[in-house]
Amino acid sequence: MVDKTLELFDCGHRACGGCGAALAARMVTKAAGTNTIVVSSTGCMEVFSTPYPETAWKVPWIHSLFENAAAVASGIEASLKKQGRNEKVVIMAGDGATFDIGMICISGAFERGHDFTYICYDNEAYMNTGIQRSGATPYDASTTTSPAGKCSFGNKRPKKDMPQILAAHGSPYVATTSIAYPADLMQKVEKAINTRGPCYVQIHAPCCTGWGFEGEQTIAIAKLAIETGLWVNYEMVEGKVVKAKKVVRKPVEEYLKTQKRFRHLFKPTRQDAEIAAIQAIADRNAEKYGIDIKLRKE
Amino acid sequence: MMHITEGSHAVAEAVRLCRPQVISAYPITPQTHIVEALAEIVADCQLDAEYITVENELSALSACVGASAAGSRTYSATTSQGLALMFEVCFNAAGMRLPIVMSIANRALGAPLSIWNDQQDSISLRDSGWLQFYAEDNQEATDLHFLAYRVAEDHSVLLPALVCFDGFILSHTYEPVDMITQEDADRFLPKFSPYERLDAADPISFGMYATPDYYLEFRYEMDRVLKQSKEIIHNAGKEFGCMFGRDYSAMIEGYRLEDADTAIVAMGSICGTTKDSIDEMRDEGKKVGLLKIRVYRPFPTEEVAKALSHVQRVAVLDKNISLGAKGAVALEVRDALYSSGIPVKDFIIGLGGRDVRKKDIKAVVALVEKGEGDIFYGLRREVL
Amino acid sequence: MTLAVGCRARPGKSRDNKTGSWRVFRPVFDKEKCTKCGLCITLCPEGCISETEDEFVIPDYTYCKGCGICAKECPGKGIGMLQEEK
Repeated sequence: MVDKTLELFDCGHRACGGCGAALAARMVTKAAGTNTIVVSSTGCMEVFSTPYPETAWKVPWIHSLFENAAAVASGIEASLKKQGRNEKVVIMAGDGATFDIGMICISGAFERGHDFTYICYDNEAYMNTGIQRSGATPYDASTTTSPAGKCSFGNKRPKKDMPQILAAHGSPYVATTSIAYPADLMQKVEKAINTRGPCYVQIHAPCCTGWGFEGEQTIAIAKLAIETGLWVNYEMVEGKVVKAKKVVRKPVEEYLKTQKRFRHLFKPTRQDAEIAAIQAIADRNAEKYGIDIKLRKE
Repeated sequence: MMHITEGSHAVAEAVRLCRPQVISAYPITPQTHIVEALAEIVADCQLDAEYITVENELSALSACVGASAAGSRTYSATTSQGLALMFEVCFNAAGMRLPIVMSIANRALGAPLSIWNDQQDSISLRDSGWLQFYAEDNQEATDLHFLAYRVAEDHSVLLPALVCFDGFILSHTYEPVDMITQEDADRFLPKFSPYERLDAADPISFGMYATPDYYLEFRYEMDRVLKQSKEIIHNAGKEFGCMFGRDYSAMIEGYRLEDADTAIVAMGSICGTTKDSIDEMRDEGKKVGLLKIRVYRPFPTEEVAKALSHVQRVAVLDKNISLGAKGAVALEVRDALYSSGIPVKDFIIGLGGRDVRKKDIKAVVALVEKGEGDIFYGLRREVL
Repeated sequence: MTLAVGCRARPGKSRDNKTGSWRVFRPVFDKEKCTKCGLCITLCPEGCISETEDEFVIPDYTYCKGCGICAKECPGKGIGMLQEEK
């Protein structure tokens, strides 16, 4: 068991106040413990934590490029194995690095079966470069490259199903979690790290700057994502969903209304059809993962 | 011990003797025989290494970055398009000061696609911070791997190194090669001792980013150590010579250059053809010599200037072209000779596998003697 | 400070960047309302809230950016946000 009282992600980092990704880094390093080597891809987390020489990482850490964290981790794992060392290898990459530019490296590394844990902090767009859409951006979210406009409701595609893709690679353990549920997050990270083979944990990490809300709301909004069914916390073991967090679902509107990236769905006029389309996404999630708690009729 | 062996197999055997702990490579013509041979060597337990069969070259070198940072001696091999795909990682590995060694079976870059030899691939990485060694024959291709590891891993250098040898012309040719023993290899190249490594016992952050307050200084440091590595190359090359009889202390080598009026400057296998051709020209009374460049990075500017100080003219054979300018070697040689006023003429030659014969070298000499040059040599005018 | 080989560093240096100067609102902890549940410690993105010897919790104002997550999430509503006076 690792000592979870240790702070391994240090103060002084340059993340925005209320940053979901910074909180994810703190929780992941706590769960992973000191016997860990972290590999970061280029992105917000890398930039806010490591301007030379002011590193915030108290565990060994490496950043090489945007797209190659899984390949770098492959080399580290092989290197440790050859030297008879037992440090755990943990990748921390954003959704752009994971869903988009790093896909080839990730696919290759998962297929080869390296013993590492790949953690994606998912803030649903390229935040480091100024909020451009990624393959993880949700349907209708307005970003700087998928702006809402006179003939656009924002991002035209739903999120890519990255966990299923990696489960299909034969990953023994795939999980989704959220910074709003620290115990769940840390337990899943620990489980992934202690499962042999390439494991994947995707963490929902709201971004106040990119999504358009006050930093104090970060946890509340992460919770709403789950309570509306737009984000599902689940676990897959050997490709099968074994557990999903059940909720009494709220309408998606309650989540959408909290963020500027969805403001165009309500102002200047309410877009019922678009809101209904997003509700349908949540309904499909609920059915697929069986998350609805059925209330007894009064 | 002398073996008659294919160039690729000789290189693979040299790599085995260097004892890399992690090998990560992706097959590409004409490098394939090297990585196949190494896979066999590992499969037969003749080398205790992790062999990562990556999904492309970008990952091949990226895995080497991780493995090297974690403290293992690492190896990769590629060529042409593969090296181009690694471009970003190459700059990264050098900036992170990781002493990875990589073999390049030199090949042309597309488009148009060509699997045949020239040196455009590795030359295109001249600004990346890697040491670059060029082999004339398979003996040199073999030996330079030991030298490359020794220099790259020296704590006063800590930069990655390319060992370049011409694809097909050397990689697929059988030549006699004297292979040193494992015992000798271990004496020349001690166990890898990383300067720093990723280690839970001493956590270090690798690959941080530099603000404008620091970036310039980091680049200055890379340039400084690369230039300073000349001395390390000299000493290690000399030691190799003392131990095995083949002296690599000099970054350049002259052939019948002492009294030459016309000097040819070249890199790689073309030097062999050039030497034969020089012998014939000498028999005809022409005072022609060769200056072979074995180390292209760091570039031996002062050494070249000194070696060519007495000649009347220089013809550079460039198996590459910096499109819109000149051949990359000629640019450097002209820089080295700038204050001397000695004319340097460039000949872009043998691109994409076009054969270079003795008569071509003689024709180049005839042209440079007339003051001509700065041309693509041997163009088929009828198709233009 | 001599330049490190390859742009590397050992831990500790991020603490030179005192992010407390970013703060506009300051979390003020009410000892009476604190149930010592520790949620504020867990949810702080800076990791700058800790328990004191008398089992009360306080933020390290050298680094606290004043994001307000602790105040928003405190189950006992024991944390207030007061505007900083400059």
